[in-house]
Amino acid sequence: MSSPTPPPDPTDRPLRPPFPLARWALIAAAVTGVTAAFGYVGGWLDPHRLTPQRIVDRLQVNGGLHPGYRRNHAKGVCVIGHFDSNGQAARYSKAALFAPGRTPLVGRFAIPGGNPHAPDFGVPIRSLALRLTQADGQQWRTGMNSMPVFPVATPQAFYEQLAAGRPDPATGKPDPAKQAAFFAAHPETSAFRAWAKNHKPSASYATETYYGLNAFYFVDAAGTRHAVRWRVVADNGPEGVAPAPPPEDLLESELRRRLAQAPLRWRLLVTLGQADDPTADATRIWPQDRPEIDAGSVVLERSEPQAQGACRDINFDPLILPAGIAGSDDPLLPARSSAYAESYRRRTAEQAGGAAVHAQEPHR
Amino acid sequence: MNRDTELFWWPARVLHWLMAAMVLTMLFVGVGMVASVSARHSWLLALHKPLGAAILVLAVLRLILRLWRAPPSLPADLPALQRIAAQASHWLLYALMLALPLVGWAMLSAGGYPVMLSESLRLPAIAPFDADWFAVLRGLHRVLAYSLFGLILLHAAAALYHGLIRRDGVLRSMLWRRRAATPTAEAPTKQDST
Repeated sequence: MSSPTPPPDPTDRPLRPPFPLARWALIAAAVTGVTAAFGYVGGWLDPHRLTPQRIVDRLQVNGGLHPGYRRNHAKGVCVIGHFDSNGQAARYSKAALFAPGRTPLVGRFAIPGGNPHAPDFGVPIRSLALRLTQADGQQWRTGMNSMPVFPVATPQAFYEQLAAGRPDPATGKPDPAKQAAFFAAHPETSAFRAWAKNHKPSASYATETYYGLNAFYFVDAAGTRHAVRWRVVADNGPEGVAPAPPPEDLLESELRRRLAQAPLRWRLLVTLGQADDPTADATRIWPQDRPEIDAGSVVLERSEPQAQGACRDINFDPLILPAGIAGSDDPLLPARSSAYAESYRRRTAEQAGGAAVHAQEPHR
Repeated sequence: MNRDTELFWWPARVLHWLMAAMVLTMLFVGVGMVASVSARHSWLLALHKPLGAAILVLAVLRLILRLWRAPPSLPADLPALQRIAAQASHWLLYALMLALPLVGWAMLSAGGYPVMLSESLRLPAIAPFDADWFAVLRGLHRVLAYSLFGLILLHAAAALYHGLIRRDGVLRSMLWRRRAATPTAEAPTKQDST
């Protein structure tokens, strides 16, 4: 810094400004005001705001705290493969991965819930997440589930559903009365409940259909947006019969066995919505007669245990999208994005902090 | 030389106020986006990255200007401790304005995310895909952001102290001349802020 100036003429400046207290108060008010605004935006002065932290806290309560693991879909297995595009979706989306050709992918099969040691048959749902990386470095990440609709339409309802599904300390299972009350208060869950009633938990990851659940937009080269939903439909032969009672880790070993014989394939089917089809409500299916594009094949070549696998440190945030795919107005999408980020923040911090749980497979 | 007529060089003043608005916006965007599950989360996130990149570029430019041309000197009667605090806090502000975007960029790289400034403009990764590094950088990004916020509050309070209590021309040197000094005056007359 430059050298001090010579002392100013003492007559220039009164030593004591008029109304000094008011001046100090003004400074204090400015600092306090900005701090309060900051705190408000950060949610500290707003205890009722639904934040990603609250959602993840509730997931932790339900699934138990398992340091280093995902807060939901904690039990899973990594898969490596590629997407073979046939070019048919390129009319609707300018994303490079829809041009004819091959895009490498890393994926992850999982079951819902926060417990990485849960038995595979405790829940009827399986999930498949994919991360496709284009040659230009842009990525398409998608987390899909084996049900065609989501139980609820809003983050707030999901948050309430988590409370209703909280295990009773006495039984270790959710209180049926609380769950019934939740469903009664949320008629939008009826499509999901109808599906769950008739759905039998599959004995193979390879035979399920996985639905993107939320609506998105494909953006074509002219900039036109097309409302879409996607799913991947298994093309891997029959399910096979699970031994009774099924082993707790059947799904991963069954997947390994299949992949040892041949790659597994799914067809990526994209449904085109019409103008009045809901894009902001994952509890509602679009009418059956909507046009569908077969965009190509998801091919899985090998699996890796998640503890060391390529998928372990991927956050399958459904809003990480390449140019040519965009999120819709579905309120679940930003909620998933922010909650996944919070889960990722927590588990990577635990990993880095030496919660070496994840460094080895659980022993039983 | 008369303190009250000595202003910061005009490019430094323009950059200062432009960056003041950008950095403060950025801090509010950051703290708001990690606390939101609504659509706000998405658009704040989409704003956060290009704004951070712009701040990084401008901070580099500003540092160059700062090293090129010295700022007006502090009043000679400023106590030594305040003088040290003023200088240290300025350099710390520069350090944080440079470090925060760099740490954010490296953090996204370490998390394996494509660093997208717009729908299709992607920055290269500046750190390997490594979850441990992500964890360290994510924690650091947060700590540095809160430090910057605190430092900006101190900086603003100190500026107001100079302008309202000491009335020594320090605050005004970052503003503008209220009344032009008479062009004929060799030693310009002093203008009091009241």
